[in-house]
Amino acid sequence: MPTLESTTSEVLDLAAAHFRVPREQLRPDDDFFKKLGISSLEALDLLTHLEHHFHIELPDYELQGVSDFRTLAERIQSRL
Amino acid sequence: MLDLRKFNSLGEALRAALDRWPREVCLIEADREREKARLTYREFKEAALPLARALENAGFQSGTRAAIIMTNQSKWLISAYAIFFCGGVLVPLDYKLTPAEQLKLLAHSKAEFLVIEYHLWRVMAQAEEFKTLAAPTVLVTEAPAGADLAGAKRWEEFCSAGEPVFAPRNRTDPACIVYSSGTGGRPKGCVLTHENYLEQCVALTALYPFWPGVRYLSILPTNHAIDFMVGFIGPFTCGAAVVHLRTLRPEYIREAFTRYKITYMTLVPMVLKSLERGLRQRFEALPPGRRKMLNALISVNRALTRKSPKPKISRMLLRQVHEAFGGELRALFVGGAFTEPATLQFFYDLGILVGNGYGSTEAGTVITMNDFKPFRPHTVGKPLPGMQVKIVNADSEGIGEVVAKSKTVMSHYLDDPQMTAETIVDGWLLTGDLGRIGPGGHLQLFGRKKNMIVTEEGKNIYPEDVENAFDGLPVKEYCVFAANYLWPARTMVGEQLVMVIHLEPGQIVSPDLIVNIGERNRRLLNYKRVSGYLVWERDFPLTASLKIKRGELAEEIRGTLGRDRVLPL
Repeated sequence: MPTLESTTSEVLDLAAAHFRVPREQLRPDDDFFKKLGISSLEALDLLTHLEHHFHIELPDYELQGVSDFRTLAERIQSRL
Repeated sequence: MLDLRKFNSLGEALRAALDRWPREVCLIEADREREKARLTYREFKEAALPLARALENAGFQSGTRAAIIMTNQSKWLISAYAIFFCGGVLVPLDYKLTPAEQLKLLAHSKAEFLVIEYHLWRVMAQAEEFKTLAAPTVLVTEAPAGADLAGAKRWEEFCSAGEPVFAPRNRTDPACIVYSSGTGGRPKGCVLTHENYLEQCVALTALYPFWPGVRYLSILPTNHAIDFMVGFIGPFTCGAAVVHLRTLRPEYIREAFTRYKITYMTLVPMVLKSLERGLRQRFEALPPGRRKMLNALISVNRALTRKSPKPKISRMLLRQVHEAFGGELRALFVGGAFTEPATLQFFYDLGILVGNGYGSTEAGTVITMNDFKPFRPHTVGKPLPGMQVKIVNADSEGIGEVVAKSKTVMSHYLDDPQMTAETIVDGWLLTGDLGRIGPGGHLQLFGRKKNMIVTEEGKNIYPEDVENAFDGLPVKEYCVFAANYLWPARTMVGEQLVMVIHLEPGQIVSPDLIVNIGERNRRLLNYKRVSGYLVWERDFPLTASLKIKRGELAEEIRGTLGRDRVLPL
């Protein structure tokens, strides 16, 4: 079972690769809308990529009210 | 379709529809590739009436207010019908609001019943403001077995045997209270009557008819005035079917078009642009030869459809593009915010009609709609049948405030006669939008007169609602404005919120202050955030009750500082 720390790190790796942002610029507490300059629709796209990577299903509502990588990783962790 | 002029209420019209087309499918609910429900009109009725009976047994009466906070799904519409059947007033709330915002609007609406999805209820029950919830009966859908429901009842078990008694309503009775804003500041609960909805439905279906066999893909939230009308009342009163998709992910939207042979769909500009991007990427990925062929076919289609759409020819010429949309698509509707003409033109050139509309909750949804005679991407079309539109206080170029009058215009703002009187003057709804009526009666929009922004997702954001997040900010005073209100720009794009800060004597904009503002900003939903700030060095003009005179302050700022003085947050 991966730790929350490793899950968060994987989320950051995937977000950096998907939106072509240097990985070192992303921190767990960053607001991903602002940092990646993405809309809510693009955030759903990120959710799809995370689902494929972690082999889980995340309903759209899991993203509701979430805007930082750490909380997103927590939502993923709870389903691993 | 039903002759809606013969009906007095939404409940009465829907009841007639359920009896008229018992074998037609009215509702399909899909979650990704899984179909979760498929109901005929008869099955819909059989699901709703036991709920209506249970509501009656629980003391539900004519005029009782009941709120729904749910994502798009079959239980939303079943609950709404049961509420109308019992003569209730529906309060559809945005499931994307924070629990604190939802609780505030629940309190303002005085809803006595609440229907809510379990995952939303779970979050609401943990909110600090949960103790303010006054609705005595809460029905929770899809709660897992053994879940703590914090005093709520299970929707699935809330049903009673026996025939419920239908509660007739008058046309002028309220049908819904729809909040167009006011989660932070002054709540704007638009009271819409049964007549408002019935008349709107007649007008819209005259332009874009529904019939048994039509499939409407519903992805906008049903609490949104547009989806409530074209994703529920419109199709149901015509024997058509609604397809609910419980995800907004582009790949599943694309799949739904082909799987369900969709006829119509409404979307906001942001989703339309996402579809455009997806198509452009696919076109670019084609081998050079096929790309060249595609471009040639698009040019031919453009030439042939210059004066009016020719759907059959377009489908033949650009067969693969149309097949990607299921092959049965008649039109997409876009509204809720400004759509760039280039995006509309892109789809029109492919032979995919995008009905660009303009309206507001206060107007009873749609005011104007494109009619494609011919296609005019720079306008939002002509007034709907029965809708009068004019421009008041026009300048030398004919641009002024758009005002509208119709049987669809809301009755009033709930418990706010002052705001109602400021918004509806001599029967005319003052929209606060700036426009000009061009040749042929087509309306063109140029910006806003009011202090607000509309996001690409169709969300109306009022600065007063956002300011609460900054309560206690360590500065002398602050105020949030729409940038285009401070510096009027004849555009509907690039709208953003700006915070005007007046510092204490000797205070500077320290890194701590910026961090403080940033932290508070992040607590707001992402589309409500302030984009920049401006330092103002004079005291804000105040009323006798110490409220900021926003108009006066805006005028002072406009006369002194330019938009280039805004610093990003």
